[in-house]
Amino acid sequence: MAYFQKEIETASREQIRAWQDERLVKTVNHVWNNCEYYRNKMKDRGVEPGDIRSRDDLYKLPFLTKDDLRDAYPYGLMSMPLSECVRIQSTSGTTGKRVIAFYTQHDIDLWDDCCARAIMAVGGTKEDVVQVCYGYGLFTGGPGLNGGSHKVGSLTLPMSSGNTERQLQFMTDLGATIICCTPSYAQYLAESIHEAGLRDKIKLKAGIFGAEAWTEEMRRDIEERLGIKAYDIYGLTELSGPGVSFECEAQAGMHINEDHFIAEIIDPDTGEVLPEGSKGELVFTSITKEAFPLLRYRTKDICVLNSAPCSCGRTHIRMAKPMGRSDDMLIVKGVNVFPSQIEQVLLSKGLTSNYQIVVDRKGVTDSLEVRVEMTPELFSDTMGAMTQKETEITEALKAMLGILAKVSIVGPKSIVRSEGKAVRVIDKRNLYNT
Amino acid sequence: MTIKQLSIFAENRNGALYTVTDILAKENIDIRAFSVADTQDFGVLRLIVSDTDKAKQVLAAADMIVSITDVIAVEIPDTPGGLSSILKVIYDNNVAVEYMYAFVIPHTNSKAYVVLRVPDNDAAVAVLQNAGITLIDDRTVRQF
Ligand SMILES: [Zn+2]
Repeated sequence: MAYFQKEIETASREQIRAWQDERLVKTVNHVWNNCEYYRNKMKDRGVEPGDIRSRDDLYKLPFLTKDDLRDAYPYGLMSMPLSECVRIQSTSGTTGKRVIAFYTQHDIDLWDDCCARAIMAVGGTKEDVVQVCYGYGLFTGGPGLNGGSHKVGSLTLPMSSGNTERQLQFMTDLGATIICCTPSYAQYLAESIHEAGLRDKIKLKAGIFGAEAWTEEMRRDIEERLGIKAYDIYGLTELSGPGVSFECEAQAGMHINEDHFIAEIIDPDTGEVLPEGSKGELVFTSITKEAFPLLRYRTKDICVLNSAPCSCGRTHIRMAKPMGRSDDMLIVKGVNVFPSQIEQVLLSKGLTSNYQIVVDRKGVTDSLEVRVEMTPELFSDTMGAMTQKETEITEALKAMLGILAKVSIVGPKSIVRSEGKAVRVIDKRNLYNT
Repeated sequence: MTIKQLSIFAENRNGALYTVTDILAKENIDIRAFSVADTQDFGVLRLIVSDTDKAKQVLAAADMIVSITDVIAVEIPDTPGGLSSILKVIYDNNVAVEYMYAFVIPHTNSKAYVVLRVPDNDAAVAVLQNAGITLIDDRTVRQF
């Protein structure tokens, strides 16, 4: 059994608890002293740093949401002077939805540690060749796993995403043993490897797949077709990136790096903290970050925590694969799609907001359909006028989303409503069913 | 010289047409002519009925999308090549036709008519009348 930081990863629960108590108090003070935005939120709730003496007091702190990140954009949640920050990363969201996070060199070191733990948890050593085909740049996937791989001492192939032919060439020529990418790209690569007849030429043994939801079915498919073990990794740009939690060889939940993050499960409607084992919204508090420490950040991921001992020897609590999102951001063909963007396009074309988004997946390809209710404004007795309108909407959606959506015109009031509200999104991919 | 046509949006599903005819039947509204155009997703019903305004009202009350369109109704001469002679006038004068369909009115000795949907009614009417073609008005269509 190999660990990147054995004494931390297998520490006693008491030790982990002691780290969390101490680091939370320190972080709350740091934020109070350096971040006016959060200080004001604390004042609004009548909370002062002195009220937080251990993680038992965590519930007293106000939540942060993605809306806060937008309100405070760009520098409002930064807790270190600009001169101490060395990096920003950002989410892949389109304009207006972008979230940016800041890092000091120390923050990056700790983030790399987290990713190094993930790589060693899947059997990675300095003998391995790690092919990173997550995107590099603003996206955290590439830089995170790249940094982790360096810390482990593996030979790192900073491939970034795309260019499948070159990916396969390096994979076979250099004998990559561990691959890091999105699960859908892994499936695509598996298909390409089979088509090119390269199955016998690859040396892969494990893959670390994250940044999008995937099913157990996809895991089995990837494992079978590539002859590897497929592991999950979780993270959010807001919290650092991949490596907030990661799967071990037990493949039974992702160990949260609890020396850096405190996880809570709350009722997404009331904000009340739920007992362990309950299903609810996952909330993270970063307790070691300098530049961009987020306190009680609501992830919108619906999840369950499990503190039962793990066969791998790690003592850090495990989170289940998220079962859904409490809001309805969609990831379609690897692109973030917000219903609000689609609504904006429809309104700009003079349509009412009676629409429905249907996402499906055939093989490894996502499809996006936008159903629009026919309105008197859209209706015409000539088919040409309506198909032209359909084309116009399709093009406007393509320009907004960057991916093709099929536009279907349906009857008035035919979109199912629950309690008067239209059901906006139907995701038939069942990505959250395990 | 145009007549009123009802245009109704219909989804492509079984029974969509029946829903419309059933509502009209219950209101004692007579259908004089109809045509259906459709794509994979939806269709448009085009109807000439005995009471256009009432039909629109009752269909709209049933959450249907209905519009009224002015179309031209042309009498087809009861001779061999009758339809062809009309089409020749249309073709020779470059009248763009969006769609057309034929129907019969019993009280005019079962004469046949063709409905023409064109972008510019006034221009088309002038062309047809200049060629000596008989057009009928709304009243003729609606009376028994
Ligand atoms: Zn484990």
